[in-house]
Amino acid sequence: MRLFPLMFALLTVIAAPAHAVLRVDINSGIQQPMPIAVPAFATPAVAPTAAGSTDVLGRQMAEVIANDLASSGLFRPLDPAAYTTRVGFPDVAAPQFPSWRTIAAQALVTGSVQANADGTITLGCYLYDVFSEERLDAQNFTATVPTWRRLAHRCADLVYSRLTGETGYFDSRIVYVSETGPKTSRIKRLAIMDQDGANHRFLTNGQSLVLTPRFAPNQQTIAYMSFAQNRPRVYVYNIGSGSQQLVGDFPNMSFAPRFAPDGNSLVLSMAQAGNTDIYRLDIGSRRLTRLTTSPGIDTAASYSPDGTKIVFESDRGGGQQIYVMNADGSGQQRISFGDGRYATPVWSPRGDLIAFTKMGGGQFKIGVMRPDGGGERLLTNSWQDEGPTWSPNGRVIMFFRTGQSSRSRAGNADLWSVDLTGLNERRIQTPLDGSDPAWSPLLR
Amino acid sequence: MRSLPLQALVIAGLVATTACSKKKEDLPPPPPPAATTTTTTTDSGAGANTGAVTSSAVPGSAADFQQQAGDRVYFAYDSYELDEASRGTLSKQASWLQRYGNVRITVEGHADERGTREYNLALGDRRANAVKNYLAAQGVGAGRISTISYGKERPEVQGSDEESFAQNRRGVTVISGGAAS
Repeated sequence: MRLFPLMFALLTVIAAPAHAVLRVDINSGIQQPMPIAVPAFATPAVAPTAAGSTDVLGRQMAEVIANDLASSGLFRPLDPAAYTTRVGFPDVAAPQFPSWRTIAAQALVTGSVQANADGTITLGCYLYDVFSEERLDAQNFTATVPTWRRLAHRCADLVYSRLTGETGYFDSRIVYVSETGPKTSRIKRLAIMDQDGANHRFLTNGQSLVLTPRFAPNQQTIAYMSFAQNRPRVYVYNIGSGSQQLVGDFPNMSFAPRFAPDGNSLVLSMAQAGNTDIYRLDIGSRRLTRLTTSPGIDTAASYSPDGTKIVFESDRGGGQQIYVMNADGSGQQRISFGDGRYATPVWSPRGDLIAFTKMGGGQFKIGVMRPDGGGERLLTNSWQDEGPTWSPNGRVIMFFRTGQSSRSRAGNADLWSVDLTGLNERRIQTPLDGSDPAWSPLLR
Repeated sequence: MRSLPLQALVIAGLVATTACSKKKEDLPPPPPPAATTTTTTTDSGAGANTGAVTSSAVPGSAADFQQQAGDRVYFAYDSYELDEASRGTLSKQASWLQRYGNVRITVEGHADERGTREYNLALGDRRANAVKNYLAAQGVGAGRISTISYGKERPEVQGSDEESFAQNRRGVTVISGGAAS
């Protein structure tokens, strides 16, 4: 422990916050991502762990962090081949700044990995401004060995947060629908993975068609729709136990579930004799409250982060448009008025924007607008972009993109993400095709 | 060497003919030849007409239902209205179902891929119920009819073209019990 001067370092940082000389402006649209160096993390003493020795873990953690930062589009991790110095353990808290300046790194992340006596590991994460030689932040993170990647994500979140002024989002997960096979008999399984695609695993076996998984605020429960027993209804999946439970034995199709921010209830849609309305289901009492009564299709409900309002889509006015109502169903008001059809509205975790799918001109696009309907901006455009979900900090939107199929070949379905600026569109790697992504809250 | 291309040709020919006939069958308006829709002026006329069809299927079986009435109807884009051809098919379904009163059915509602997932589930439900309501109005007990929507999840054909979309926007009457075998 003597080799971890971090506690003191952290205290001094908090006591005297550095003025923000080094800053990534995330709102203007990044033309020049910040050059950043993330050299392999050092270790005070090479020690074996169940996930490999601490020096190997140090190298892997640095790679995870560099990958996280690069994926945001805001940072450009420098090629380790260009490094002119190696970071030994003493350098972690006292880097050789001149050698980082020679390769034009603006920011430097160093770290140290230590195996603890209780079987956990600790990552010391340091962030420096290379030119002012200032330590911008430093923090220790401890976790069990199997969850070592989370330590790296938390370090990446610290860097992101310190340099952008926004909360990070790397320590989070994605649940989505993994797809394979011809479209006429598509096999769909729930799958979960870390935000960066690691730790991928399937949650359901593909026997039943499953759709639209959504995280509960506690990140441990997922609401989704399944065609089990040929009765399409809403279920909840417990990630820890693997149990699947029907939320209510309703006589009709129930679908489009989404949790309330307090996790105690969820909104879902139910079809009755051809008419679909939105209901709130209290999870404890299983009591169902009808929120909409229009003869049109009312569906795809999503709560505002403060739980007072619900955004949803309805075709009550002729075509699909976005509406907002109070959480009790009162005050229903249309907010989308542009050309084309608007669907799948999702409220940002920051509360300031609503993401949606817009259909028009033969294309499907992802866009955002303010909760009052103003400030509409389209972020993507393709044959079929659909189903946005927000990163926990409300900066990035993930969605799925389906290509055109021919009779003999199914079009690709893949997960994609795009920055709120509309820049940095990138495909998320999945083992098979993917759709219906849902981003978890931060795992803290 | 000489027989090989010939064989390939024959096989290709076979594939081509089966593909063709299948394609024709799937095309909207509904499967039965156009002639039957024009003669469906009255229910009794339709009954007499279908009765005259030489059927190899066991009377009262699912295959018989398919031959006598046809199992599906098609919809326009984002619509759940039954057009004249669909009503003709459903009238034949209704009279067949009245003849075989023990048969229970599930009506599947389907959408093409050009809509969002949740909306299309609701749209499929609308289509299934449009079929159900029509059959019920023709005297088929509503208790014999259940509905299910598959939204855009189970297209009949895979293509992303107008012809495929038209085949995928459908209501399919599936016999779920009580049929002869």
